[in-house]
Amino acid sequence: MLADRRLALKAMLAAGGTLAFDIQIAGAQGAKPGGAASARINAYVAIAADNTVTITSKNPEIGQGVKAMLPMLIAEELDVAWGSVKVEQAVADQSRFGEQFAGGSMSTPMNWMPMRQAGATARAMIVAAAAKQWGVPAADITTSAGEVIHAASKRRAPYAALAAAAAKEAVPDVASLKLKDPASFTIIGKPVPGPDTPAIVAGKPLFGVDTVLPGMVHAALLTAPVRGATLKSHDAAKALALPGVRKVVPLRQLGHDDAPVDALAVMADSWWTASEARKLLDAQWDNGGREKHSDATFAAAAKAAFAGAPAASVRKEGDAAAALAKAAKVVSAEYSYPFLAHATLEPQNCTAQVKDGKAELWAPSQMPDEGKGMVAKALGVAPDAVTVNLTRIGGGFGRRLQSDFMVLVAMIAREVPGVPVKLILEREEDFRLDFFRPAGFHKFDAALDAQGKLTAFRTHLVTFGAKGQPGRGGELPNDLVPANLVPNADLGMTVLDSNVPLGWLRAPGSNALAYATQAFLDEVAAAAGKTLPAFMLDVLGEARAVVPPKIPGVPDIFQPPPFDTGRAAGVIREVMKNAAWQEKPAKGRGFGFYFSHLGYFAVVADVAEADGALRVTKMWVAGDIGSTVINPMNAEQQIRGSMIEGIGHVIGGLKVPVEGGQVQVANFDAYPLPRIDVVPPIEIAMVRTDNPPTGLGEPALPPVVAAVANAISSLTGKRVRSLPYQA
Amino acid sequence: MRIVQMQMNKTVRGDPMPTMLKVNGTSRQVDVPGEKPLLWVLREDLGYLGPKFGCGAGLCGACTVHLDGQAIRSCITPINAVGEGAITTIEGVAASAVGKRVSDAWVDIDVPQCGYCQAGQIMSAVALLESNPAPSDSDIDAAMAGNLCRCGTYHRIRDAIKQAAGGANAR
Repeated sequence: MLADRRLALKAMLAAGGTLAFDIQIAGAQGAKPGGAASARINAYVAIAADNTVTITSKNPEIGQGVKAMLPMLIAEELDVAWGSVKVEQAVADQSRFGEQFAGGSMSTPMNWMPMRQAGATARAMIVAAAAKQWGVPAADITTSAGEVIHAASKRRAPYAALAAAAAKEAVPDVASLKLKDPASFTIIGKPVPGPDTPAIVAGKPLFGVDTVLPGMVHAALLTAPVRGATLKSHDAAKALALPGVRKVVPLRQLGHDDAPVDALAVMADSWWTASEARKLLDAQWDNGGREKHSDATFAAAAKAAFAGAPAASVRKEGDAAAALAKAAKVVSAEYSYPFLAHATLEPQNCTAQVKDGKAELWAPSQMPDEGKGMVAKALGVAPDAVTVNLTRIGGGFGRRLQSDFMVLVAMIAREVPGVPVKLILEREEDFRLDFFRPAGFHKFDAALDAQGKLTAFRTHLVTFGAKGQPGRGGELPNDLVPANLVPNADLGMTVLDSNVPLGWLRAPGSNALAYATQAFLDEVAAAAGKTLPAFMLDVLGEARAVVPPKIPGVPDIFQPPPFDTGRAAGVIREVMKNAAWQEKPAKGRGFGFYFSHLGYFAVVADVAEADGALRVTKMWVAGDIGSTVINPMNAEQQIRGSMIEGIGHVIGGLKVPVEGGQVQVANFDAYPLPRIDVVPPIEIAMVRTDNPPTGLGEPALPPVVAAVANAISSLTGKRVRSLPYQA
Repeated sequence: MRIVQMQMNKTVRGDPMPTMLKVNGTSRQVDVPGEKPLLWVLREDLGYLGPKFGCGAGLCGACTVHLDGQAIRSCITPINAVGEGAITTIEGVAASAVGKRVSDAWVDIDVPQCGYCQAGQIMSAVALLESNPAPSDSDIDAAMAGNLCRCGTYHRIRDAIKQAAGGANAR
């Protein structure tokens, strides 16, 4: 069952599965009171005497905006004014809150109904309490902006007057709740600023690195330059001689089950001192042969793999080989892309206090419950003995779905019982200890018939992983567009081993696959005498739901979602219209489409050369995430942020080279993330369709990478078959 | 705007010594080695947690504070290089008229996503507007390119600077 859940979560984080979640709304029992003079009605809602409402936001905030979005859903159905709402971050406690994670763009689709139901439940309990006090039927009572109203007797009361009584009411059955008609929404769909914005602007301590506890010591970490190397020997004498250094602790095979590390932790009275002492540690590492891994050997292995058949087949439909043999035109090309780092601006960090078989952590984790389990296992205690407080998070992008830092700090803190320890990674260590977006190599073949119709699509992906299984973000999905839309499809992959740990980076899988497939299809479209968006509309055909083949061993509700060709065509047409796309576009214009994380996105990018460098001069995007954009203020930012990140994947030189088993990036000078001077105007259009709202943290990114690459191809006349772009 | 960057010797450090620092208008004494970077003195010894650690090498701008009104990277500025200079952090920046306008614009436009870089962004923006009250787009790009925003809030940073400058809220 637990394994099922983990598998399911993995499926969702990868691409967004289909959804069926039950709401369990815990009552007030066992919950912390909502503060002075307030009554807690359920796990999410507490009402104070002055009628302010404290709403608990259950998921980690990484900048994706859940701290506004989730409480907005609750406040809407609770029927209170947003101005009366205070938002409080939940602790990690899945027994009360259900799944608590920030990933897969899943907070919206998983919580759209449950959070509204949580608000409606509290409202129903307040109404029930009023009905009892006033001796009138609950059905005759209405609510508005935090007030209960009985129109016939002209009675009204603030929620606060009834909250204590409401908390004692029976929790109503979810099926009995009447949710609002979307036409009467007063909060959902309105622009709401981040609840923490004033505190951020005032420089208040909110983040993991800002955790300060009485008597706290600071820790820095030294790990091997070659990931996975073991600690042979070390001499801590010089480090220990530095005034303020408390202890040097060797850690062995810790952090993450998939990629444990050996490390030396320095504890000191100041992080600067710990960091200085770290440089004085004389550590010798045993690389265990891992130096053999390098970009050159990866490329050679991919070339060798392309000479043969893929090691594993992901999808075979019809007979691609035969269709290619009799095609009017065959287009073939190879594409590749590099490893990428997450490079969150807040380095990985965590604070822990361990004593008497119990641990408390202050963790900037995107998946705190998994981290809690990992810490419990490492300490040899029950998960209940581990308390995890969630801090605001200075960027996630998927890095903090791996909670290795929670284990590392807990094991350091165990060495100084009762003393809180804050671990902050140096930027160099943050890069060393990343879980990277897998590099990949594609060999593509496509067949066109005499009418320019796509009749076959074949790709061989050489990806990374272990024991023949692709790592996180390295999978080749069986519903890869356009393999799911042509009569003859052949998807195969070969998995290379390496010592580079892999992780989900914003729109995992999709951020690379969108580039490779849509850039290749741009070539195929040209061979068919069409532009890519026009060709895509042909390939999509009539509006229908294309259901992917079932993945064995995955429960039905977590199977990959159907692909709606009508929604895909809808966003393509919208962006073509807004960008005034022409049959023969001007040089420097490119297009990309992708469906990921339940969202349909199409992008047009214009690229020009100025002062010998390429820059994106304008972008248009059209997206379909269903019926409702819950918080337009944040949605705009998520889309722009995705698009700027997408530019960075192509222009500027973003890559993590591997030489001698070492990642060749230690700081931002070697990892040129987009700066303000590369940011173009972006025109956003949302296509609303009658579908449940879905998430926006990721799906806008993948098509950008393709659109920018295709725009460069158009400008230079030379295909961009490898990322990042190099002149 | 001049970015003051002082490279410190990474391995040599002296004994702790009493040093007076003027931070946000208040004189404070610390007893730390003179090589200790201003960022860590602010964060660890004086309790100003607004300036953030991002890179430790003056590359990301998250640690930006003002020294006599100039934006500096506090992660690579040892306190023995600060002298009598007046330090302003994000916690004190709204005390000036320009600082208040910029902070208000940041809230009004809801600039932050994750928020981690924003203290540094605001400090750079205030330093820009103090020296150039009506910056053009390219002035803004030049002054702000040292401040990395991993989330990509750049459009709103531009909008907020323009709003604080009293200009149109143009993209």
